[in-house]
Amino acid sequence: MNVFSIIATAIKNTFRNKLRTTLTVIAIFIGAFTLTLTSGIGTGVNTYIDTQLSSVGAKDVLTVTKKAPAFSTVSGPAKYDPEASKGRVATTQGPPGSTIPSLSAADLSAIAGVKGVISVDPTVTVSPDYIEYATNGKYQLAVNNFASVTKPPLAAGAQLDYQASANQIVLPTDYISSLGFTSDADAVGKTVSIGISDVTGVQHVVTATVVGVQEQTLFGGGAGLNRQLTSELNTAQHLGQAAGAVQLVGSSTVRVDPNATEAQITLIKSDLDAAGFTARTVSDQIGTFKTVIDGIVAVLNAFAIIALIAAGFGIINTLLMSVQERTREIGLMKAMGLSSGRIFGLFSTEAVFIGFLGSAMGCAVAIGAGTAVSNALANGPLSGLPGLQLVSFTPLAVANVILLVMAIALVAGTLPAYRAARQDPIESLRYE
Amino acid sequence: MKKSYGTGANRFDALKGVSLDVRQGESVAIVGKSGSGKSTLMHLLALLDEPSSGQVMIEDKDAKTLKGKRLNSLRNAAFGFVFQQFFLTPGASVLENVILPLKIAGMGAKDRRARGMEVLAQLELVDKAKNRATDLSGGQKQRVVIARALANRPRVIFADEPTGNLDTATGAVVEDILFSLNRDDGITLIVVTHDEELAAKCDRRIYIRDGLLVEAVAA
Ligand SMILES: Nc1ncnc2c1ncn2[C@@H]1O[C@H](COP(=O)(O)OP(=O)(O)OP(=O)(O)O)[C@@H](O)[C@H]1O
Ligand SMILES: [Mg+2]
Repeated sequence: MNVFSIIATAIKNTFRNKLRTTLTVIAIFIGAFTLTLTSGIGTGVNTYIDTQLSSVGAKDVLTVTKKAPAFSTVSGPAKYDPEASKGRVATTQGPPGSTIPSLSAADLSAIAGVKGVISVDPTVTVSPDYIEYATNGKYQLAVNNFASVTKPPLAAGAQLDYQASANQIVLPTDYISSLGFTSDADAVGKTVSIGISDVTGVQHVVTATVVGVQEQTLFGGGAGLNRQLTSELNTAQHLGQAAGAVQLVGSSTVRVDPNATEAQITLIKSDLDAAGFTARTVSDQIGTFKTVIDGIVAVLNAFAIIALIAAGFGIINTLLMSVQERTREIGLMKAMGLSSGRIFGLFSTEAVFIGFLGSAMGCAVAIGAGTAVSNALANGPLSGLPGLQLVSFTPLAVANVILLVMAIALVAGTLPAYRAARQDPIESLRYE
Repeated sequence: MKKSYGTGANRFDALKGVSLDVRQGESVAIVGKSGSGKSTLMHLLALLDEPSSGQVMIEDKDAKTLKGKRLNSLRNAAFGFVFQQFFLTPGASVLENVILPLKIAGMGAKDRRARGMEVLAQLELVDKAKNRATDLSGGQKQRVVIARALANRPRVIFADEPTGNLDTATGAVVEDILFSLNRDDGITLIVVTHDEELAAKCDRRIYIRDGLLVEAVAA
């Protein structure tokens, strides 16, 4: 019997008992449907993060903090250590309320001393009161403190120039009409006034030029300020402070050569690590986020695979019944000279075909349903995140699901196929 | 040859020492009462089973030396089987049943069909080619089984009670077909039967009782 006849015969045999095959196929269908959908969600979310990252994350900017001491293994409060406990600052990394050691002037110069570091700026947080263009009214101004480490996609204008000696600002698209600009392009080059209160409550006004208008992204929708504007606002907000007061900073922004390779950046990171600092790029920070998503998707996939394994037992059951029913036929074929290997192949192919039927239908329906739901979400609840397709399918992922299911089916088919192959022709022909 | 089934207390000697030879082109009847070991003997001759002791020589070669592929292709190409209980694949068409040995032999779909229709014509079943095998009458089924046995142009046909399930008239038709194949095409015929009339039409009759050969009668 040639391979083609084996496949054709196996397919034909699959449809001999339609009800039984259908029930088995439904079980596989459910598993394959779930697996396709969950892996689609993984692909969709990760693709979104990746595109956001590639458009947003600046490769040449690192956020550097002092290395936090390892978590205490002793329960209760840690013993006071004047060195480690002095001047801790709040951080948004880690659980709420986390603190990290602040960076001293000596730390900053140590960072600047690492080979490959071009500049070090303490990361300061400025909280302006309002923004106003001409006399069109004052609006609250949210500042994106990530601005210096990101390069958001622009609707108009240019990115911030961190070295510029003039005050520069990049506004999010939703500020444009409120502030009184006629279009995104209209805003570029215009001067806006920013109000900020100092420690004594006196309001100061700083002017800045709009250099660009940015699209909404996942990472902070606030306005981006360049280095000069940040430092001018920082000076203004600390006016009236007692002489000699120090401002504690937890992290610093380090710039390296924009053309540095991955390996060079890794080297800089490990040098900083040796000096007692933790350096992370935006993608490192978001990588943690991706790990969490991957974890969730892996758990969902595991559930789908459990369903598929259950369906595998369905295949074993179905085929064992077929082998039983076809005992005489198997005996006859063996008597007519069909080898045990071919009999094994015949039943294995049947198992794989059942797996293929279930998974192909499961994938097709999952793609249809997933795409419909994803489009509905993108136009509805998730319209605030342009470019996010919650569920997305790559041909490779779909092919992998189908192949995985066929592999499970093949494994499930071995027991019945082995039974069939082992049958003694005489015994089979005597079978009542 | 001897053949025993089971071991220990359950051991049963179905054949207690049988020796015979069959020449090409002969028709041989194996006759005996139920349970005497006729089918067992036929299975040994058809290489479907191996004797517990003794040997089967085919064209002066010990069948034991034929293994796996060679044994399968010999059974497929040289032997045709007609079983008492038809063993037709239910649901499949008459033609599909008939071409099963050709499919096993690995013949192409087109040639298979052509040869299948040829043997169906020989057995006057062309108009039933597309019918489901299970929908035929007993006599028609037995003719389909003979057509299937003939499809690969075998040199030997083994028939176990070919007329056992048929009424006298239909049985006679099937007998005629088998003997004409033996006479006209030189196909060796080995028939297992307890029907003396059928046995009488063969060149030679081998009588067995309780696993022993009691007498061999030549016509
Ligand atoms: N697999 C087996 N295990 C144990 N005993 C068996 C087996 N196969 C056959 N026998 C026994 O061997 C004896 C001969 O069986 P066989 O089938 O050859 O009889 P037979 O002459 O063909 O009878 P019938 O005319 O009824 O078909 C019987 O007694 C049967 O019970
Ligand atoms: Mg018998």
